[in-house]
Amino acid sequence: MSSNTFIAFQKNEDTRCIVEAIVDDNPGAVVVDQPAMVKVDVPGRMVIKRTTVEEKLGREFDLQELQVHLITISGHLDETDDEFCLSWEQ
Amino acid sequence: MHIDLRTITITPLRQTFGHLARRMGADKPASRYFEATMDLQPVENFHYRPTWDPAYEIFDKTRTCITMQDWYALKDPRQYYYGPWTLARGRMQETAEADFDLVEEMGLAQAYAAEGRALVNEVFVPLRHAAWASNINNSFIGSYSYGIAMSQAATFASMDQLGVAQYLTRLGLAFDGTESLAAAKDAWLQHPRWQELRRYVEDVMVLKDWFEVFIAQNVALEGLLYPLFFERLNERLNATHGPVLSLLTRFQREWFTESSKWVDAVIKSAAADNPGNKAQLSTWLREWRDRAVTALDPVVARAFGNDGPAQLGEAVAQFNARFTKAGLAP
Amino acid sequence: MTTAPPKKLSLKERYTLMTRDLAWDTTYQPMSKVYPQVGYEGIKIHDWNRWEDPFRLTMDAYWKYQAEKERKLYAILDAFNQNNGHLTVTDARYINVLKLYLGSTPPLELMAARGFTNMGRQMVGAGPRVACLMQAVDEYRHFQTQIHSVSNYNKYYNGLDEFAHQQSRMWYLSDGKSFFDDAITAGPFEFMVAIGFAFEYVLTNILFVPFISGAAYNGDLAAMTVGFSAQSDEARHMTLGLECIKFLLEQDPDNLPIVQRWIDKWTWRGTRKLGAVGMMMDYMLPKRIMSFKEAWEIYFEQNGSALFNDLARYGIKVPACFSQTVVEKEHVSHQSWIGFYMKSRAMSFHTWVPGPEELDWLSEKYPNTFDRFYRPTLEHWDKMEKQGKRFVNNTQPMNCQCCLNTIKYNEPDDPMSTCFRESVYKGEKFHFCSDHCKAIFDHEPEKYVQAYISSHQALQGNCAPEGVDVTANDFDPARYMNDFWRLDPRATGDFNGSDDQKNFAAWRAQATTN
Repeated sequence: MSSNTFIAFQKNEDTRCIVEAIVDDNPGAVVVDQPAMVKVDVPGRMVIKRTTVEEKLGREFDLQELQVHLITISGHLDETDDEFCLSWEQ
Repeated sequence: MHIDLRTITITPLRQTFGHLARRMGADKPASRYFEATMDLQPVENFHYRPTWDPAYEIFDKTRTCITMQDWYALKDPRQYYYGPWTLARGRMQETAEADFDLVEEMGLAQAYAAEGRALVNEVFVPLRHAAWASNINNSFIGSYSYGIAMSQAATFASMDQLGVAQYLTRLGLAFDGTESLAAAKDAWLQHPRWQELRRYVEDVMVLKDWFEVFIAQNVALEGLLYPLFFERLNERLNATHGPVLSLLTRFQREWFTESSKWVDAVIKSAAADNPGNKAQLSTWLREWRDRAVTALDPVVARAFGNDGPAQLGEAVAQFNARFTKAGLAP
Repeated sequence: MTTAPPKKLSLKERYTLMTRDLAWDTTYQPMSKVYPQVGYEGIKIHDWNRWEDPFRLTMDAYWKYQAEKERKLYAILDAFNQNNGHLTVTDARYINVLKLYLGSTPPLELMAARGFTNMGRQMVGAGPRVACLMQAVDEYRHFQTQIHSVSNYNKYYNGLDEFAHQQSRMWYLSDGKSFFDDAITAGPFEFMVAIGFAFEYVLTNILFVPFISGAAYNGDLAAMTVGFSAQSDEARHMTLGLECIKFLLEQDPDNLPIVQRWIDKWTWRGTRKLGAVGMMMDYMLPKRIMSFKEAWEIYFEQNGSALFNDLARYGIKVPACFSQTVVEKEHVSHQSWIGFYMKSRAMSFHTWVPGPEELDWLSEKYPNTFDRFYRPTLEHWDKMEKQGKRFVNNTQPMNCQCCLNTIKYNEPDDPMSTCFRESVYKGEKFHFCSDHCKAIFDHEPEKYVQAYISSHQALQGNCAPEGVDVTANDFDPARYMNDFWRLDPRATGDFNGSDDQKNFAAWRAQATTN
């Protein structure tokens, strides 16, 4: 079994959409609610796609905007214009 | 049960922290700048000496030959702690973003006259490497200076200079894409016009006294470089080719005006503390000013042609007046 | 003449031009003189260009997003303060968390700021230099926003006002101070592994995620906002630490044993440092979301295992202390609280015996240990307090020469006996709380003999004011300690009967009556 990657955000309107986008794009995503924060676990590899987030938000989104809401991550990060990806070696 | 807490008035037990009350001489509310800055760097009971330099303590006043009765007299008149610093830069970047967008949308850089474009590529774009050097040298001050008043301001200045280097990179990209950057880097490394300046900043990188680094980098070099290129040359190009360059170098000009307030205040406080400081700072000032003139001379010649010596002379006169006012003998 | 507009660059290409393309190898001064610190630890770097930048933030984007965060944060702080937000916390015991937090956390953030500035000066590669400098200014941010968020509490509650003075003198703050003093006096690569990797990647989640979520749960909007806002930078810092480890291991196989030793050392030092955080979570938050043990399992054991499994391809092994921390997670928060409870006259925050429901919660969360080892002691102390005989231990503590904690933790295989270890160096005996601390000392004794241990200093008369004859037979070192610490007696002792307790109750009553 591969290790979990995770990401946690402060809870707000933007991150509600971001979490929805993660759930859509990552089968196996598990959302954990905690006071004022929300954490998402995905085994092995998690991808956040700009286009999906934009769809949910109904506006343009620069993946670097994630910086404003992030609380923590786990996994190796690779960031391009279109994808923010966390992974552990399989 | 709803509790309306706004309606109650309670008398505070105290107005501020003990170290601030002692500094201000009274228990009264302190500014957020004070709360974020004053008397917070540890000064005693360090556990270990640096393995990379065991002659000194972790924070050590003797890392410069300048002495101060109170290191927090080197206050920043802008009262920058992280919050106001980053908010001020946030506003400046918003303006810069709009300026770069406008120039790109209108194709203004592509329409810029060849003669002006050559000056941008040959004079402004290589300065991105000089700004990178300033980033390194200010991080040295941020590492080894005494007291947070100084260390935070220098660290912010270091980031500011990284920002300047990146805006100059964007300037090159806007005018001639990556070719502009490659040519500028080649010039910085090889062309005789830039070698004295490169030697200057590399020599500053090996200085040991952080206050001397402050004089060599922030006072002498930037005190001549910014007025010469970002003010004088910019005006000249605007007069001939319109204000495009001015839009794309607005950040640097605003930054220099604002940062000079800090630099002047530091010099003023240090020089006023004791005559030994004044003499030492003045010696450094003269030495590094003369070296900066030598370093900038070939670039000035390319920028202003025959008018170079006159422009440089005026800039030096203004520089001397500025630091006479700050309490030194240039 | 009009030329074609330049082609649009990808994030990676653009970032490269904005950072490493700015750098050059110096020739008028030798590189070894410009970057004097990168050689002496034995780390071999062959190609700085192999550094991968995880986050690719240029300064304009940095300022843009950070300004947005700061605007939000200070707006919330101002509103919280204007509305007497301190009275919305669950109960006044909670404020003691802030006292320990203010004494122990912002001073360390400042050390991180200074340390990362030096990394930003010393690293040869442009990628790590820029990331380190960005982290340096972030650390100034954390240091300052933390102070600003607690500043208003200081106006109404005791024990917060002398944190700046106490940071270098208070016995229970010396573990954190020694942690960062140790890191900042080490070489640059060890600092990166210590703070960037072991602390930021492996351990800070424990401090900020469950603990700050706990602050939110207890109604402290100020601490929550500052904590989470700081944590948003932390994600960047964690990737820097992880990238640094990978980079060191990929550069040369000879780096592996050095890096492994640092990982072992700093994971342990960090674990010891977090003992107090466990106590904050289990005892000091009136409303709790998870136990320290649960947090340790999620953020250290699971997340740490994911990480170390991943690093196994480079030959990295799980830190030597890992199995001991798994055993200790059932004990450490209780032992810390009991240790502090006994010393309540010498601390600027209050302690107390948890209420019956809280004890039940601890029994449920720690089924293997709490009822057997800790509940009886706490219940006994509760009885004593109710009889007017609150338990206090006034002896000078014995400190570990390495981690500076008072020696109070148990033998790994025996919860009923305290673990003592010792080493002899140059004819002098030194004491430790654990095998791991002893091993750290034994590797670098010339460094760790320098530690400033306040109980020793007191006994040697170094904490007494000028003019006191410290060699006199009747010299009483304890007499001068409160002045040495600037310790406000109102801030000490049990929470029950404290000014904080009375004031909070009176102020809350004002809001509910006419």
